[in-house]
Amino acid sequence: MNNTRTFYDGGKVITGLVIFVVLVTFPFWYNHGKAAPAPEPQLTEKAKAEKACIRPKNEMKSAHMQILNNWRNNVVRNADRIHETADGKRFEMSLSNTCVDCHSNKADFCDRCHNYVAVNPYCWNCHIDNPKETSK
Amino acid sequence: MLEKAFKGSKRYYGWMTALLAVIGIGFGFYMWQLRFGLGITGMSRDVTWGFYIAQFTFLVGVAASAVMLVLPYYLHHYKAFGRITILGEFLAVASVTMCILFIFVDLGQPMRVLNVLLYPTPNSVLFWDMIVLNGYLLLNIVIGWKILEAERNAVAPPAWIKPLIYISIPWAVSIHTVTAFLYCGLPGRGFWLTAILAPRFLSSAFASGPSLLILLCLIVRKLTKFDPGKEQIQSLAKIVAYAISINVFFFLCEVFVVFYSKIPEHMDHFKYLFVGLHGHGALVPWMWTSLGLMVISIVLLVIPSTRQNESILAVACATVFAGTWIDKGLGMISGGFVPSPLHHVNEYIPTMPEIMITLGVWATGFFILTVLFKIAITVKEEVAGVAS
Amino acid sequence: MKKSRRSFLQIAGVSALGLGLKPVADLVAAPAEHGEAPAERVLKNEAALKAKQWAMVIDTRMFESAADLEPIIEACHKIHNVPSIDHPRHEIKWIWEEEFKHAFPTQELRFLPERIEHLPFLVLCNHCEDPPCVRACPTKATFKREDGIVLMDFHRCIGCRFCMAACPYGSRSFNFRDPRPFIKETNLKFPTRMKGVVEKCNFCAERLAVGQMPACVEASNGALTFGDLEDPESDVRKLLSENFTIRRKQALGTGPAVYYII
Repeated sequence: MNNTRTFYDGGKVITGLVIFVVLVTFPFWYNHGKAAPAPEPQLTEKAKAEKACIRPKNEMKSAHMQILNNWRNNVVRNADRIHETADGKRFEMSLSNTCVDCHSNKADFCDRCHNYVAVNPYCWNCHIDNPKETSK
Repeated sequence: MLEKAFKGSKRYYGWMTALLAVIGIGFGFYMWQLRFGLGITGMSRDVTWGFYIAQFTFLVGVAASAVMLVLPYYLHHYKAFGRITILGEFLAVASVTMCILFIFVDLGQPMRVLNVLLYPTPNSVLFWDMIVLNGYLLLNIVIGWKILEAERNAVAPPAWIKPLIYISIPWAVSIHTVTAFLYCGLPGRGFWLTAILAPRFLSSAFASGPSLLILLCLIVRKLTKFDPGKEQIQSLAKIVAYAISINVFFFLCEVFVVFYSKIPEHMDHFKYLFVGLHGHGALVPWMWTSLGLMVISIVLLVIPSTRQNESILAVACATVFAGTWIDKGLGMISGGFVPSPLHHVNEYIPTMPEIMITLGVWATGFFILTVLFKIAITVKEEVAGVAS
Repeated sequence: MKKSRRSFLQIAGVSALGLGLKPVADLVAAPAEHGEAPAERVLKNEAALKAKQWAMVIDTRMFESAADLEPIIEACHKIHNVPSIDHPRHEIKWIWEEEFKHAFPTQELRFLPERIEHLPFLVLCNHCEDPPCVRACPTKATFKREDGIVLMDFHRCIGCRFCMAACPYGSRSFNFRDPRPFIKETNLKFPTRMKGVVEKCNFCAERLAVGQMPACVEASNGALTFGDLEDPESDVRKLLSENFTIRRKQALGTGPAVYYII
C-alpha cells in the first residue's frame, strides 16, 4: 500500500491552508490600529447621586454579566433574592427593578457598549427594559 | 474514500441537486420557524409533539434495524450478509442523523440545546436518548468506514473494530427502547402507558428498516454494477415477514388489553384513531389504511411464491414501509395526545411549513445516504473489478 | 513528503477536537470561581414566607358561576404578564376554569348534583409532591424547590416540551410565538416570557418571597386557602381535617398539592 503513504498535492494543500488562515484572520490585521474608541457608559443623575454600585466601577464593567448570571441563578433556583454588598448595603437582585431603576437610560448605559462589542444579550426579550420610562 | 462521492454520472448529480433544492426550501422554512416560533406548525397546547417527533420516532426504528444485518453476520456467521452489512450501517448513519435533526427542529430554543450537556440530568429519558443516539451514530460511522476501508485495501479490518461491532448490537436495541421509554413512562398518557411499547417499536423497526433496505438493494442492483445478491434479499425478506407479523401481533395484544379491560383512559385514544372521538377522526382513514397495508404485506411476505418473486417483494416492502410509517410517523404520537389529559379533543394536523421542514430533513438524510452508498458501492465495484 | 494526506487530516482533526475541548476543560477546572468577592453574600428576604410543601385548598362551595372565578384568573394573569392569545393553538394560561368532567376526568360521575355538574372548577399547576414534569426535563429547567414549589427556569428551558407530555393535568403552556404583543397591560415589575419556552403557575414565588400570599388567594374572598401542608397547625391542614377533599387524578401517585372541597 505504498500510495497511501504519500502526501498527494502536499504543496497545494499547504498553500490552501495558508490562504484560509489569511482570510480568517483578515478582520484582525485589516482593522489593526483603526479601532474606534470604546464608548463610556452614561450615568443618570440618580446613578451619579448614588456614587457606588454593588461593586467598584471596573469590576462592574468587566463582570456584570457573571454577576447577573449569579443573581438569576440565586433568585430563580435558590429563592435567595437579596444581595448584600461588602459594606453591608442590601439590594433586591432584580435586573428590571434594581439595576434599571438607577440606570434607567438603557440606550446610553447598556446598548452603546453592547453594540460596540457586537453582543446582543437576550435579557430584554423578557425583562422589562425600563419600568420608569415606559410607565410614563 | 470520500472523493468517490464526487465522481458520478449526470443522473447522480441531478438527483443530488434535486435533494439540495429540497433541503434549501426546507431550510428556508426553518428560518421562518426560527424567527416566528413553533407557532407556524400545527402543534398546540394540547398536542405538543407532532410531525417532527413522529418522524424521529419512526427513523430511530429504521436506524436500529441495521442490527438485523450485523447480528446474523457477526454472531451467527451468516456469510451472505457480509456483502451488504455496510449498506445497513450506512442506512443507520443517515437515519440517526435525521433523528437528531428532527429533535433539533422541534426545539423551541435550539441555540440552548447544549444545556442538555451543561446540566446533565440522568433522571430524564431525553438525556439518555441523546447519549444512545449520538453513540449509535458514532459507532456506525466508525464501523462502516473502517470495514469498507479494509475491504478496499483487501486487508483484515483492525482488531479493535470487533468489540465495537459487538457493542453496536445491544446498542441498536437500546436506541429504540430508550425512545419508547420517552413515551411509555409518562403517567396520564394512557395510549403510551404500556410495557409493550418498546417491543412494539422494535418489531415495527425490524419491519420498516429491512424493507427499506430491500428496496434500496433492488435500486442499487438496477443502477450500479454491484448486485447485493438474491440470497441476501430473500433473507432480509424473511426478517421483514417475521417482524411485520410480530408487529401486528403486538398491536392485537394491545387492542385486546385495552378493549377487554375497557379502561377509558386507554381506550379513548384507540377510539380516536380508529373510529373517531366526539366527532373528530382525521386519522381514522389513515389508521385503517395502515392496518390494511400491514395485513396485505403479511400475506405477500409469508407465502413463499410471492415473497420469492422480487417484483411482488418490492411491492410488499413498499407496503410494509408505508404501513409502519403511517402507524408510527402519523398515529403514534398525536394519537397519544388526543384526547388531552383533561379529556378535550383537539386534533393535530401538520401545516404546510411543517411538512416542508420535514421534507427538508428527509432530503438531508437521503443526501447523506446517497453519498455513503455511492462510496460503498464504488468500492465494491472496484474490488469486484480487481477480482475478476 | 513523508506523511500521507490521511495522517495529516487525522492529526488536524484531533487538534481541532482538542481546541474544542479547551473551554470544557476550563469549565471543569474552575468551577468555584464566580467572580464573587468573599465579603458579599446573598440571602433571603426576612419577610419571606416559608414552608416545607406549599399547598392550596379550593373551597368550591363558595363559587356559583364563572363570574366568581374571573377576578381570580384575572389577578393571576395580570400580575404575571400572561398573554391572552385568541388563537386556540397558541393559548397560554396559568389558572383557568374547567367543568367537573374535565377537571376530574377519571372521577366523572354519572349523576352529579346539578350544582357540581356545571360549576366551573379552578385548575392550575398542582405543584405535585412527586412531579412527573421534573422527572422528564432534560436540563433541570423545571425543578422542585425546597418549599415544594415546582418552578420554571425560563433562562434554561430549551423548549423540548417533554414536561408538557409528562404533565397529567395539562397545566403547562408553550410559547408558540412571541407573547409580548398579546399582553394587554404589562406589569412592569414582572418579566414576560420569550418564544420557545414553557411556562405555568409558579404559586406566586415572587410574592411569597416578600411575605405576600399568592395573587389568586388574595383575590378569592377566602375561597382559596394557602399554607404549609407539612405544618399541622396551618390553615390548609385545618381545612383538610375538617372537610372531605379530593385531588385531581390521585391514582397516578403524583401527589397534587391542590385540594378541592366539593
